Amino acid sequence: MIIKREEIEKLATLSRISIDEKTITDVTERLSSVLDLVDQLKTANTDSVQGISRPFQVSQRLRADEVTESNHRDKFQAIAPATDNGLFTVPKMID
Amino acid sequence: MHNYTIAELVKGLQSKQFSSVELTQHFLSRISQFNDQYNAVITVTADQALQAAQLADQRLAMGSAPALCGVPLLHKDIFCTKGVRTSCGSKMLDNFIPPYNATVVENFEQAGVVMLGKTNMDEFAMGSSNETSFYGPVKNPWATDCVPGGSSGGSAAAVAGRLAPGATATDTGGSIRQPAALCGISGLKPTYGRVSRWGMIAFASSLDQAGPMARTAEDCALLLNCMASFDDKDSTCVDRDVPDYSASLNKTVKGLRIGVPKEYFSEGLHPGTEAAVKKALADLEAQGAELVEISLPNSDLSVPAYYVIAPAEASANLSRFDGVKYGYRCENPKDLQDMYCRTRSEGFGEEVQRRILIGTYCLSAGYYDAYYGKAQQVRKLIEQDFVNAFKDVDLIVGPTCPSPAFKFGSKGDDPVAMYLEDIYTIATNLAGLPGMSVPCGMVEGKPVGLQIIGNYFDEARMLNLAHQFQQVTDWHTQAPEGIS
Repeated sequence: MIIKREEIEKLATLSRISIDEKTITDVTERLSSVLDLVDQLKTANTDSVQGISRPFQVSQRLRADEVTESNHRDKFQAIAPATDNGLFTVPKMID
Repeated sequence: MHNYTIAELVKGLQSKQFSSVELTQHFLSRISQFNDQYNAVITVTADQALQAAQLADQRLAMGSAPALCGVPLLHKDIFCTKGVRTSCGSKMLDNFIPPYNATVVENFEQAGVVMLGKTNMDEFAMGSSNETSFYGPVKNPWATDCVPGGSSGGSAAAVAGRLAPGATATDTGGSIRQPAALCGISGLKPTYGRVSRWGMIAFASSLDQAGPMARTAEDCALLLNCMASFDDKDSTCVDRDVPDYSASLNKTVKGLRIGVPKEYFSEGLHPGTEAAVKKALADLEAQGAELVEISLPNSDLSVPAYYVIAPAEASANLSRFDGVKYGYRCENPKDLQDMYCRTRSEGFGEEVQRRILIGTYCLSAGYYDAYYGKAQQVRKLIEQDFVNAFKDVDLIVGPTCPSPAFKFGSKGDDPVAMYLEDIYTIATNLAGLPGMSVPCGMVEGKPVGLQIIGNYFDEARMLNLAHQFQQVTDWHTQAPEGIS
């Protein structure tokens, strides 16, 4: 299956990944190769098969709605790229 | 000391034949001497290790220390270690120092196990050759021009090269079993939910599972005894008693029914690997096990299903790496979108970016049902194949991977050639079953792995078979050239 260049550009935007002009042909070719592989799934007869999203249908436990952790803001902000007065900072979004 | 198994080290520590400090110094010295050859260890925690060893010796002197107290171990760099860089093999986390321990790390720390450092790995555990690591490839101690397998290649090479007696690892599609096979050691991926994933950096959450690597099945049992625990902090961790995996190692295998899947002996299997695995099956039969040919008819769909499900989950899991709260951030972003895009393009390597793109594609509007929905249905078919097989057999045995270790760069530019390396291991992850690999032969001077797949939570029986196999074979005792 050949994935179109416009689709790669859309995927890159959705994934927040920049793909530069030099590599876009390679990326397209390799992605197409992987999609050829996964296209083999079409050969499977899955009529009336209920799909599973995790092994042996284990149900996820829910914990009691109780506070179990203290505030770790200082520890987490110590490893952040940029903080200011207890806040995580990012480039300006709104003028 | 580096040729002792963990079981022998435990005896030596408890009988005061040597101290944990002596043992730790010995392995630190081996890492310092030989790691340049293998690139297996990317962070060495020497000071911390020696302090932990001193504490372990105090506990041992008091006479009430847990079984593994004082034993040195390496952790795959996917497990968060408090105060110690946890990179996941990526530039994205090259500067990440977690403020907490993963539950697996905590379990070992509580037991007095001494962390020597962290092992190299494929970036975010995405790879089968360790060539995708930001820190450079790990070299196979059996042939340094060949890959060690992946993604836990650093852990496997470190154990094979006697830089540590054991190591932790993780397996999403074969990342414990395939490198264990290629490096000639033993490795076990437990049942999904048996070991806590808390603090283990997520790749594909419905497939990831942590497990031990060591030279023998007996040592894997000792390590699993400590790794497996119920953990309230992982909502998929199963609340079920942890048996003593060492207790049943010596049971006879006479009468065990072993399923041999015919699909695992078809085109693509290296003739030398096939011969070694068939010899191992004959050895098991000679020990009294009964071989039964079985069929896993949807085996050929496991790789395609995996390469929808794993990238889909990865694309969601890795969306957290955005340069805001921790990890890499690009220089001088001009706005928020630029920061996200450049951080992720500069911070992630090529394979990780490819899997994010594939996952995003499979989950996007218009393709979700055709890819993700279909892969989930095929996953059910694969699970059902195993459920049917285990109605008739106790264990399933076959090759771990199609061929022995291959040369760096030999899989070329086509990612699919690399993906097929996990053709025999991926199905157990999709089904959530436990699997292990033990050495069973040599081809062209490189090790071959025998895969043992168990029913859900039947790790004890797998370890029993593997241990009994290692009582009548010596593949697990062989060492790469130059190690004495």
